[in-house]
This record gives sequence, structure tokens and C-alpha cells, in this order.
Amino acid sequence: MADRFAPGDRVRTRTADPPGHTRLPRYARGVCGEIVGTCGRHPLADELAQGLDSAPRAVHQVRFRASDLFGPGEDGRDHAVVVELWEDYLEPTSPDPAPEGDPT
Amino acid sequence: MSTTHDDGPLAARVRHVEALLEERGWLADGELDARIDAFAAGGSPANGAAIVARAWVDPGFRERLLADASTAIEELGMSMAAGLQVQPLVAVANTADEHHVVVCTLCSCYPVALLGPSPTWYKSEAYRSRVVRDPRGVLREFGLELPDAVHITVWDASAETRYMVVPRRPEGTDDLSEQELAGLVTRKGLIGTAAV
Repeated sequence: MADRFAPGDRVRTRTADPPGHTRLPRYARGVCGEIVGTCGRHPLADELAQGLDSAPRAVHQVRFRASDLFGPGEDGRDHAVVVELWEDYLEPTSPDPAPEGDPT
Repeated sequence: MSTTHDDGPLAARVRHVEALLEERGWLADGELDARIDAFAAGGSPANGAAIVARAWVDPGFRERLLADASTAIEELGMSMAAGLQVQPLVAVANTADEHHVVVCTLCSCYPVALLGPSPTWYKSEAYRSRVVRDPRGVLREFGLELPDAVHITVWDASAETRYMVVPRRPEGTDDLSEQELAGLVTRKGLIGTAAV
């Protein structure tokens, strides 16, 4: 199965708070970031924690601006946080709508 | 588990579960200690120091390390396959403009089989929750004051990859041997909470 995302893609993390184990940190939910690397394919931790079979899928390094995660810092300086996330946790950021009447 | 963590409710719970498993014959007496010892046997900060020193003296190795650390460390006879499962290793290098620091905000992920056990503070809730939000402040508390112009990247080891930092080679170390250089590298330096 082809990966849904690739380095360079802008993505938004999901906001859902699942009832069981997950490895999408709370501070990084519902935030936009950029994929900066891919770390192979691994079974989803959420499913393994429930004893389910889990097919390996892409895990990406997503870079966030600290100001997007936590708001502007007191000293006004920004930093980056790179979080490693299964593709299941990610959604594409809304792409620009296709022009109407596009003759295809 | 009985050798180092004797206190606290969690240790008591672990001992209880261990006893139940042994009682049911699912775990041989002392098997857990043997497994843990075997897991930790090859790990040491000295491995990380040797990797860093090689990267300082050999630009080709540095390039290979930053491109694919899991493969590059095999040149030094090390491997990420020594753990309970194979985990990819990523090395990130500090520069004059960029400083890296590693955390696991969800638990305490750390390249144990390569670098040995993580420091206690690495597992503390204070470090894990604060370093993503205010790395500059946390590093200052460690005694590391970074110039304003240096950008900080925090790596949250939230999934499968394990991270190590390659610190900057200190000034005035041109005459040191690779082995002497390795002696300069600390465990904090490998996490990013010290300059070296």
C-alpha cells in the first residue's frame, strides 16, 4: 500500500482522544506541521496495545513550530518540536479547492 | 527487577506480578533479572562517545551517521539489533546555529541497548513536560546557556526511532586523539542537555 504522505507535506494531527493507548501526544493534537522525514513502517501502537494484529504503516517525523503548539513564548523566541507519528494520526491540511469548471 | 528498585508502590506491584507469574510457572525463578541484564549488557554511554568522536575526526563517517545512523554504527562494531526489537537510530548534529535536545514525552524511550540506561531525570515528568515547551529555560537549568541566535529543535521519541545528539567538537581539541576526544563526551551531551 502506498504511503499517504511524503516528506514536504503539510499535515494536521487528529483531535480525537481515543479510549485506549495511543502515541499521539496530547500537546500535539489538532496542530499543523510539516513532514520532515519518514522512519519506516511499523504496526500501530494503538492496535498492538489492544492485542490486535496490526499491519505496518508509515511513521513520519512531523516538525511543529512551538508557537503553533503552545502559543507565543514569553520571550518571543520560537523553537521546533519534531514528533514521530503514525500516518493514522495525520490528515492532509485542506488543499486549495480545484478551480470551478476546470476542463478535465 | 529486585536489584535496584526496591522502594515504592510500583516496585511492590512489579514484585507481586513477578511472583504470580513464577507461581503459575510462566516465568522461571530469576528469569526477569537475567533477561534485563542481557538486554542492558551491551549498552553504555561509552558507545555514544565513541560514535561522536569518530564523527568529529572522520567527515565521511559523520555524513554516513547523519544519513543512516543504524547502518553507520556497524562500522564501529555496534548495532541497534541488540535490543528486544530492532529500532532505527537517528543521529542529529549540533551546529553553530542549531541545537538539538531529545525527550520522550509519552514515557521514557531511549536507546538503552546502545547507550545504557537513561538518567533518572530523563524519565521525570518535569523534564518530559517542560523541555518541549521551554527548552531554553530547561537547558539553562542544566547549566547550558545558548546564544540567542541558536535555534533549538526538540525531538520527541514518541514512536519507534531512538535518537542521539552529536555535540559540537569543543575548541582547542585539535591535538587530541580519537580516544581522548571520546573521553570529553558525556551522557548529557548525547541527549542535548550539555554542550558536550
